[in-house]
Amino acid sequence: MIDAALTIWNAIPELLQIVIKIVAVVVPIMLSVAYLTLAERKVIGYIQVRIGPNRVGPRGLLQPIADGLKLAMKEIIIPTNANRFLFVLGPIFTLAPALVAWAVIPFDEGAAIANIDAGLLYILAMTSVGVYGVIIAGWASNSKYAFLGALRSSAQVISYEIAMGFALVVVLMAAGSLNLQDIVLAQKGELGLLDWFWLPLLPMFVVYFISGVAETNRAPFDVAEGESEIVAGFHVEYSGMTFAIFFLAEYANMILISVLTAIMFMGGWLSPFAGTMFEPVLGWIPGFFWLLAKTALLLFLFLWFRATFPRYRYDQIMRLGWKVFIPVTIVWILVVGCLVLGNVPPWFD
Amino acid sequence: MNAMNHYIKSFLLWELLKGLALTGKYLFARKITVQYPEEKTPQSGRFRGLHALRRYENGEERCIGCKLCEATCPALAITIESDQRDDGSRRTTLYEIDLFKCIYCGFCEEACPVDAIVETREFEYHFEKRGENIMTKDMLLSVGDRQEKQIAFDRTEDAPYR
Repeated sequence: MIDAALTIWNAIPELLQIVIKIVAVVVPIMLSVAYLTLAERKVIGYIQVRIGPNRVGPRGLLQPIADGLKLAMKEIIIPTNANRFLFVLGPIFTLAPALVAWAVIPFDEGAAIANIDAGLLYILAMTSVGVYGVIIAGWASNSKYAFLGALRSSAQVISYEIAMGFALVVVLMAAGSLNLQDIVLAQKGELGLLDWFWLPLLPMFVVYFISGVAETNRAPFDVAEGESEIVAGFHVEYSGMTFAIFFLAEYANMILISVLTAIMFMGGWLSPFAGTMFEPVLGWIPGFFWLLAKTALLLFLFLWFRATFPRYRYDQIMRLGWKVFIPVTIVWILVVGCLVLGNVPPWFD
Repeated sequence: MNAMNHYIKSFLLWELLKGLALTGKYLFARKITVQYPEEKTPQSGRFRGLHALRRYENGEERCIGCKLCEATCPALAITIESDQRDDGSRRTTLYEIDLFKCIYCGFCEEACPVDAIVETREFEYHFEKRGENIMTKDMLLSVGDRQEKQIAFDRTEDAPYR
């Protein structure tokens, strides 16, 4: 059976194989994005003592489909004075990097579309490109609110990019590799979840995740949208499907940041019970499931933050980025450097 | 020391964690949503909804065309014309309430000396065409006929407090 499947697989031209792999990754991501919107509404509803959407389909499970259909039917309005080409390019430019970055994500040992050695660098590059979409959209709309939103977004992303980059440098030092799969394998050990990098790199874990929240322009760092002051920020002028793509990109970025955090700090596909007494009982669970569970946990944090915190004031965001996160990361580079030099067990031996 | 304390607390995101704990607690709190068309919130007997004109038990309409409601209506929503009926009593020939103007204050009900105009508990109504917002005398009377049992019950319940 498996042999037959393998022969069929090998008979497919390589280009088609790659396309199939890409589809196999992108389609589930898009579905998760759709259902993440529902999960968000449900979680926030529950926190606000409501029950959230429950009318479309059983328990509201078809709500994302209805939302998508609604947005797809709506007219795409392009403002008269907008730059038509850039206006349409903006949403594409935000969504594409969020999906492209998945190419190097290892879902299990050896299960990545491209297992490249410069994976971390590639991720850093791709997540940074995402903000160009926002800037292009804000500028091309030729609207003051959109422009202000784009300016805020770019300033914010530049600030947090540095802290994020430094946090990744620490991960790189700890793992000794830029390859995401090697980073996960460097966290493998006998102590289960205590072997992962979140423990020695705890401040980096927090900094990276919060920077990730800021990077995706999510609450409490959503000044780029800032409903109370600039209506909807960079996407005020967008409607219908173009708006939907911004929406998709935001959620796809959330999932991406969560997966990356899970891979770099929470041991990716490694089981938290490896080496403990639960291993014989839970050993059969595939690694992919653990990655999924960790990602879901981090995504829940995203939603929890949104339901809890009021928006940061702009100068507070800048202060947090420049005066808190960057110094903390630099100090921790020194600390981890010493730990690595000293071969401190159980992480760096 | 105090400043140090404050600095450490803000660095460790203490206040934010407290906020998260609070919302986390509410995540599991009992939900208070009322699933409207299936479930309804309890309604007071003094609820002021759609208007109605009542009749006496023998079927005679109560309204005597005194126009006190028209005079007291703060939104000028009521229009009344009256004439002498064949038996010599005064009755309205036109009794209209513009539901777009009406603010559902209940003053008409308070003003009525014969408890003819009342506001019922009915609140689920809508208009589909222009002009449907004007309630004519016939419409008011039919609401009254439909709701008489509830109207009478609510008034007797409320009587001791009047």
